[in-house]
Amino acid sequence: MLFTIFEITSKGTIMAAQIIFAIIFIGAILLFYSNARKIYKNIQLGKKEDRSDRKGDRLKNMLLVAFGQKKMFKRPIAALLHLGVYLGFVIINIEMLEIVIDGLFGTHRVFSFLGPLYGVLIASFEVLAAIVLVGCVVFLIRRNVLSIKRLRQKELAGWPKSDANIILVAEILLMTAFLFMNAADFKLQTMGFAHYHSAGAFPVSSMLVSLLPAGAEALVFIERFCWWFHIVGVLAFLNYLPISKHLHILLAFPNTYYANLEPQGKLENMPSVTQEVKAMLDPSFTPTSVEENVRFGVKDVPDLTWKNLLDAYTCTECGRCTSVCPANITGKKLSPRKIMMDTRDRVSELGKALEKQDTEIIENKSLLDGYISREEIWACTTCNACVEACPVNINPLEIIMGLRQYAVMEESSAPSSLNAMFNNIENNGAPWQYAQSDRANWKNEM
Amino acid sequence: MQEQNNTIHVPTVAELLEKGEAPDILFWVGCAGSYDQRAQRITQSLCKILHHVNIKYAILGTEEGCTGDPAKRAGNEFLYQMQAMMNIETLNNYGIKKIVTACPHCFNIIKNEYPELGGKYEIIHHSQLIQSLIDEGKLRPSDGHSFKGKRITYHDSCYLGRANDIYEAPRKALEVLDADLVEMKSCRSNGLCCGAGGAQMFKEPEKGTKDINIQRTEEIINSKADIVASACPFCMTMLQDGIKVKEKEQSIQILDIAEITAKANNL
Repeated sequence: MLFTIFEITSKGTIMAAQIIFAIIFIGAILLFYSNARKIYKNIQLGKKEDRSDRKGDRLKNMLLVAFGQKKMFKRPIAALLHLGVYLGFVIINIEMLEIVIDGLFGTHRVFSFLGPLYGVLIASFEVLAAIVLVGCVVFLIRRNVLSIKRLRQKELAGWPKSDANIILVAEILLMTAFLFMNAADFKLQTMGFAHYHSAGAFPVSSMLVSLLPAGAEALVFIERFCWWFHIVGVLAFLNYLPISKHLHILLAFPNTYYANLEPQGKLENMPSVTQEVKAMLDPSFTPTSVEENVRFGVKDVPDLTWKNLLDAYTCTECGRCTSVCPANITGKKLSPRKIMMDTRDRVSELGKALEKQDTEIIENKSLLDGYISREEIWACTTCNACVEACPVNINPLEIIMGLRQYAVMEESSAPSSLNAMFNNIENNGAPWQYAQSDRANWKNEM
Repeated sequence: MQEQNNTIHVPTVAELLEKGEAPDILFWVGCAGSYDQRAQRITQSLCKILHHVNIKYAILGTEEGCTGDPAKRAGNEFLYQMQAMMNIETLNNYGIKKIVTACPHCFNIIKNEYPELGGKYEIIHHSQLIQSLIDEGKLRPSDGHSFKGKRITYHDSCYLGRANDIYEAPRKALEVLDADLVEMKSCRSNGLCCGAGGAQMFKEPEKGTKDINIQRTEEIINSKADIVASACPFCMTMLQDGIKVKEKEQSIQILDIAEITAKANNL
């Protein structure tokens, strides 16, 4: 019977439990590794870009922005709740190490030899677990009850909304299991039952003891059930990450490390264009290794850089970018968050299609038009508000610019008024139709 | 420099060169500052300031061409790089080392994007120049200047602020006025765009519920400011339009940092 692993009866069941645990644990790690590799491969579909310079600055950026949550605090309420959940996540993971060792070696609370320090650790895990619980409940209310615009916008309809709720409910269940496990353990300790020796301090779960049954057998069942629920839940959650926006808990770190360190106003000079322009202006100029059939701008995700794709996988759809976007605020279709969600959806789709050699999806579909419309890309004012707002240094503007470059340079499909502006610059060196010779007329009226 | 009846002669680099001279700093006027009637007054104010503090400056005049910013931000990298390379050639031929400009878009592109194409200059925005002139004591508001006690708010230009982290210089230029300075709901790194950037200036906006400049104008109105200070000729146009649409022309004035400084210094 499966339930025997929830009982402590004989050496045999402990052995069986160890084996089951080892299989689940190793299986979960392997599955995660395989999914992580797929994501890594998808990110590598992007163009090369060297971000290996300035290691010191990069590390500092990562410590401030990802570890230090620096950019979160523009919105204090969400930031404080998030900080609680984040600290809980990071610190309670120390407890995971003990759970894994206990599971593999059939021990019970193997770190309890630490004595008073162990008490401090368990007590702080409990307090953090309670903070995470409260945080997640408030987050659920914010998402589903309160009318917070950025959490209710249309790009979240369907899966993204469910994804957010699944994550929060999962965290609530995991923390509840953790606290009830401790509560049952604590009660068994006070009863002096079997190997439940006195270990740890339980400031939060001791308050739950009165909810528990009196019988030792039932308590052992609850303690074991919660233990298994917690660890299997965590491993399942780990394998949920690759299909979820929650992947940010891992990718926020590399994403901030590799973030742009240049001023936000700086856009890259396209090297392929530089070659052609130099050749045009100077007939004696010989271009260095011009690639054949180079595409100008971005039509599909392989035209983006790997960093743009890492950005897309890192996005947790918080919508801070969209809530400060001047175009979105004034009712335009453009939403920087949707740009990131679309990029991730397309690169995931393309990754799968490449595995199956599905040419229809590889060749006849693309990020531009297939996911992101012209109306969206032309609504951007390049104001960098979205870039500034992102707590994990994602840059939606680069993607929008790339799509515009494709529309203009490969298709000549800019809005007609912009074509008129291009003509003016070309003919008279100004975006308006004024004669070059009149450029300094203002000085005659000084 | 020649001066008759308060008129100022603005020299071109070519003129100076004929006399065997070179400017200490080039004033990059930009297309808006050259052609837009409202922005010309910003250009003229900055010239008055440069003249007043005896800086040896010059303009390119008819040799200046669009930096290529609106083309680049609209996705036309070819046209941008053509413009950039022509301008860089002109600037390098004259041996220009230092540039001041009153346009944040020209400032951003020359500062950040020209260097890789061979155009390496020390460029400052006019708000930075004004700030340093105030710090050096070369500019000082006159005793009875008209901004005293006025309620003034500053509108951050995206290409100065978020793009290049310049938030303080324009504010410093206002702090010396002894005025009632207020911030709008979104300011500094949270500043709301006027709606002109990314070549939006040159096209109709996409369908929405409101125009961006109207959204920003509402923030201006809520700040109860008498004067909005701006530091970008495109913001100036957009906000001026917004104020007009909201019929607030009688109660809200929009002025560039250079205009305010020139007026406060009786120039």
